[in-house]
Amino acid sequence: MLRKKSKSPTRDRAGRPEKVSFSPVRKTVANAVAATLLIAFAGSSFGATPPTSQVDTTHLAVTDTEVIVGQLHSSTGTMAISETGAIEAERLAIDQINAMGGVLGRKIKVIQEDGGSDWPTFAEKAKKLLESDHVAAIFGCWTSASRKAVLPVLERDNGLLYYPTFYEGLEQSKNVVYTGQEATQQVFAGLDWVSKTKGSKTYYLIGSDYIWPRTTMKLARKYIETVLHGTVVGEEYAALGSTDFGSTINKIRLKKPDVIYAAVVGGSNVSWFKQLKAAGITGKDHTLLTLSVTEDEANGIGGENLLGFYSAMKYFQSLDTPGNKDFVKKFKAKWGAGAPIGDVTQAGYEGPWLWKAAVEKAGSFDTDKVVKAEESGQISFDAPEGMVYLESNHHLKTRLRIGEWRADGQADIVYTSDYIMPNPFPKGY
Amino acid sequence: MGGYSISDLWSIVVMQGFSGLSLFSVLLLMALGLAIIFGQMGVINMAHGEFMTIGAYTIYLFSKVTEQYFPALMPYYFVIAIFAAFGIAFAAGYLVEYLLIRHLYKRPLDTLLATWGLSLIMQQIFRTVFGAREVSATLPDWLMGSWKPTPDIDIPLNGLFVMGISIVVTAAVILFLYRSTWGLRVRATTQNRVMAGSVGINTKKIDRVTFAVGCGIAGIAGATFTTIASTGPTSGSLYIVDTFLVVVFGGAGSVVGTVSSAFSIAQAQSILTFFLTNAMGKVVTLLTIIIILMLRPEGLFTSKVRK
Repeated sequence: MLRKKSKSPTRDRAGRPEKVSFSPVRKTVANAVAATLLIAFAGSSFGATPPTSQVDTTHLAVTDTEVIVGQLHSSTGTMAISETGAIEAERLAIDQINAMGGVLGRKIKVIQEDGGSDWPTFAEKAKKLLESDHVAAIFGCWTSASRKAVLPVLERDNGLLYYPTFYEGLEQSKNVVYTGQEATQQVFAGLDWVSKTKGSKTYYLIGSDYIWPRTTMKLARKYIETVLHGTVVGEEYAALGSTDFGSTINKIRLKKPDVIYAAVVGGSNVSWFKQLKAAGITGKDHTLLTLSVTEDEANGIGGENLLGFYSAMKYFQSLDTPGNKDFVKKFKAKWGAGAPIGDVTQAGYEGPWLWKAAVEKAGSFDTDKVVKAEESGQISFDAPEGMVYLESNHHLKTRLRIGEWRADGQADIVYTSDYIMPNPFPKGY
Repeated sequence: MGGYSISDLWSIVVMQGFSGLSLFSVLLLMALGLAIIFGQMGVINMAHGEFMTIGAYTIYLFSKVTEQYFPALMPYYFVIAIFAAFGIAFAAGYLVEYLLIRHLYKRPLDTLLATWGLSLIMQQIFRTVFGAREVSATLPDWLMGSWKPTPDIDIPLNGLFVMGISIVVTAAVILFLYRSTWGLRVRATTQNRVMAGSVGINTKKIDRVTFAVGCGIAGIAGATFTTIASTGPTSGSLYIVDTFLVVVFGGAGSVVGTVSSAFSIAQAQSILTFFLTNAMGKVVTLLTIIIILMLRPEGLFTSKVRK
C-alpha cells in the first residue's frame, strides 16, 4: 500500500487532492511548497513535515505523507455489541485529525483487523499488525481478556496500544495507554457519593462471574467495610450469559439492602434489569448503582427498565458542554442519528488524539520516544468529557460522574467528582 | 433466618415458588421446538437459538412499525407479532430443511457441524441487517411491572405471560403430535421410516414440515423471551446449552419427558440458587444431571422405538 502513488498535500480549488501524477522532481517541489504553506498558515504545532528519516528510526510504516496505524476490535462475535462504538469513535477521531493535516504532517491510514471476540485471535492479529504491517500504534481491545492476550506481543515487539475500556486496574505496561478508568477511579468516588447522598449502610453486590466484576467487587467490599463503615449483606456472581435472576432477586428482597451495587454484563445485563423491573424493584423505592450500563447498554435494556437507577461513569452523552455537543453532533453525522455514545466510545475517541499529542511532543513515531512523551506528565487533551491528563502511570487523570437514567435511554448527570488521580495498584487491596 | 417476620418469609416462599415455575416455563418453551426436531427426526439442530433470535427480531420490527405508523395498536401488536414470529421462523426452517438438512439425514453427526455453521451465518446476517448492538422492543404496558396480590408479594407479569404462552404451546404440540393425522404420520415416520413410506406416507414432506414446525416454535419462544431477556445477534446462543440439556435429560422423543425434565431442572436450579450462590446452584444441578444420565443414558422418559 505504501508504494501506491502518494497523495500530495497540494489541493485543487475545491479542496480535493490533485489527481495529477508528479514526476519525482515535481513531487519534491510540490511537497516543499506544501510544507512551507502549511508552516506559514497553520502554525508550528502540527504543520511542519520533518523528514521521515528523522521521525522514524525503527522501520515503522511511515512515509513522507502517511503513517499507518492499526485498529483491533471485535466486529464479529459476541463482543461486537460492545466494541462497535469504540471502532466508530476511533475512526471519527482519525478522520478529524487527518482533516487538520494529520500527525507530524502525515495522514493517518488505518488497517482494521477483527479480533472476532476470540482472545488468541487478538494476539495473532496484533502480531500481524506489528510484525508485517509495522503500524505506529494500535487502537483496540475491549475486554481485559483480549488486552491480556495482546500484552506479551506488544511488549516483545515494542508496540503501542491505546485501550479504551474502564477496567479492574492492577496493570501498567509501558506499551499501553489506558484511556478508560481503572477500578479505584470508578468504584470509590461512586460509593462515596451513594453513601453520602442516600445515607446507605447496607450493600448487595452482584456481578457477572469473571475477572473485572470480581476484582471490582473485592475493592468495593473493602472500601464499604473499612472506609464507609457499612455492611455487605450479599455478594453474588452470575455466570456469563445467564438469563435467570428470579432467585437472586428474591434473595435481594429478603436482605433489603439500601444499595444494590451491580456489574452484570452482556446479554445477562438485559435479563437482569428486565426481571428487576418485573419484580417491582424500580428506581422509585430502591437505590441501584451500576458500573456496567452506558448508553450502549441502555439501548438494549430499554430506558423504561432503567428509570431512576444510577450509573457511575466518566462520560454520559447528555453532558451539557459545548465541546461535547459538538462531538455528539459530529458523531451522529458520521454514524447515524440512532448511534448511542457511551463511556467507552468516548474513551475510544480520546485514543488517537492522545497519541497525536504524544507523537508531536516526541517529534517522532518511534515507540520509545513516544512512551517517554506519554510519561512526561505533559500530555493532555480537551476531550468531550472535559480536560483529561495523561499521568506518568499511563492512566488518565479524570472525573467520575453519576448519571440517573431516564426513560428515553439517556442519563441526567446528578454528580461530578473532582479530578481523581489514577491509581492502578491501590495499597492494601 | 432470624429477624424476619412470618409474613416476610411467607411472601418470599410464594415468590420463590413462582420464580421456579417461571424458569420452568422458560426452559419448557425453549426446549419444545428442539424436542420435536431432535426427538422425532434425530437432527441435532445447533441453530435452534438463532431461530429463536428470528422470533425476537420479529417482535422488534413489529414494535418499531407499530410505534411509527399505528400507535393506537401498541397494546395489541405483541399478540399478532407472536403469530408472525411463528410464521417467519417456520418459513426459514422450511427453507433450511430443503436446502441443507435433507441432504444430511443419513449423516446425523454432520448435521451438527452443518447447523453450527448455519448458526454462525445467521448470527452474521442479524449483525449485518440489525447492527451489532442489542435492540429493545417497546413492550405494551400490560406486560410491564408486577401483580401485587398482597403488599409484600410481587408476581412479575412478564413471567405470567411466558407461563401462559408455554402452556398454550405445549397443549398445541401435544394435540399436534398425538391427536392429528399429521402427528400420526410424524410418529409413524419416527418409528419406522421405511414402513411408513411403504404405506403411502410422504416421509420427505413429513420431515420438512416437522422441522419447520420445530423452528416455528423456536420463533414463538424467542418472541416471548423479549419480555425477559435481550435481543441481539448472539442472544440465541445463550439458550442452546440449556435447551439441549432439557431435551436430552428428558429423553428424546417424549413430550412428557421434556416437560418433566424442564420442571425438575428449573426447580432444582431455582431452589439451589436461592440457598447457595448462583454458580454453585448451577454446578450442583449439572452434577445431578450427569449422575442421572449415567444411570439412565436414554434420559428420564424413553420412547419405544424399534431400532
